Amino acid sequence: MNTDIQKVKSFIAKYHNQKKALISILQDIQAEFNYLPQEALKFTSDYLSIPLIDIVSVATFYRSFSLKPRGKHLVTVCLGTACHVRGGPKILEEFERHLNVQAGETTKDNQFTLETVACLGCCAIGPVVVIDGNYYAQTTRRKVSLILKDYTKKEKDNEGHKEN
Amino acid sequence: MINLKINNLDVKAEEGWTILETAKFYGLEIPTLCHNDGLSNYGACRLCLVEIGENENTKLVSSCTYPVEEGLEVHTDTKRVIEARRMMIELMLSIAPNSKVIQDLASKFGVTKVRFKVRNEECILCGLCVRMCKEQMDGKAIGFQNRGFKRKISTPFDIRSEECRLCGACMYICPACQLKCQGPQADTTICNACLTMDPTCLDFYDELQCWMYDAGRCGTCIREKSEKSDSNKQAKNAKY
Repeated sequence: MNTDIQKVKSFIAKYHNQKKALISILQDIQAEFNYLPQEALKFTSDYLSIPLIDIVSVATFYRSFSLKPRGKHLVTVCLGTACHVRGGPKILEEFERHLNVQAGETTKDNQFTLETVACLGCCAIGPVVVIDGNYYAQTTRRKVSLILKDYTKKEKDNEGHKEN
Repeated sequence: MINLKINNLDVKAEEGWTILETAKFYGLEIPTLCHNDGLSNYGACRLCLVEIGENENTKLVSSCTYPVEEGLEVHTDTKRVIEARRMMIELMLSIAPNSKVIQDLASKFGVTKVRFKVRNEECILCGLCVRMCKEQMDGKAIGFQNRGFKRKISTPFDIRSEECRLCGACMYICPACQLKCQGPQADTTICNACLTMDPTCLDFYDELQCWMYDAGRCGTCIREKSEKSDSNKQAKNAKY
């Protein structure tokens, strides 16, 4: 845990210990740990003398922050109007079935976090699914397992490399 | 001094006063819920809405957060204002129907139906407790979390906060979670016992003898007076 605090300290120092940089600091913490650990938030609160509740308010207000550990891959299914009429909810259902989690949850092996989004702004290629920044256009139920296979396969490959 | 008009009445206000403060100073009643004299203004409940502007160019603003301006024309009880207030009460009632404060408001303003899905929560997000904790108790233990439909008031990480001293000020000031409506259990969400009970407060005495235990502030006696003049003449005499 000690190293974590050191890292958080360095993030805060990067913004010259300014209170107004709270969101940037939280973004850095999120990038480092993949979520916002309670200890990190408590430390930030003490260090910048911002009430903890204010930091938690900010952290829970924005969707990009998460107080729960997230999986290695972030699966985002668009449920905006255009994607909705083109079958977004069905795609989501398929993902839920394959990953065995509900939207907003993380799989038990910490590999995937499934989330929904209101609109990604690329309605022409809907229904859209984004995994780790890669866009999958015109997704169908059939494609879901193929897309997921890519990531589970990569995972296995990586593990194989490590063993070698 | 700033000169303005409230309900066609020429009034003067100090700089920095809000419309609500000015109206109170002149004895004009504006209903409030999330306003408290000891706390900062928040403008959450929208009960204190008033109409400002002249002729066609009017708009609704919350009087507790609107500072007075020179030459401002304010109307506190136009049809538009009252309709908006009723709507706000109806919405709050659908969230927290158990609250006596809100049920009383409903009876007072003649809200007799709730057209929304009842959620039976105990929080209307007025923020009184948050401000109480922060401003008066210097606790900063509770605050708003999440947003939109999921918005709630809680401690950090939903566990007991280290800052919380269990002073209970948040519960003391809460209009929704503490005081339950004492009226008979109504079939519907809305109690309105203050409007329909027969007989109700025949005599108005004091806090202890009033059956609603709030010394006639629920409005029961006032309503009954006008509608059933015969049996309630006593109440009328007692009240005024």
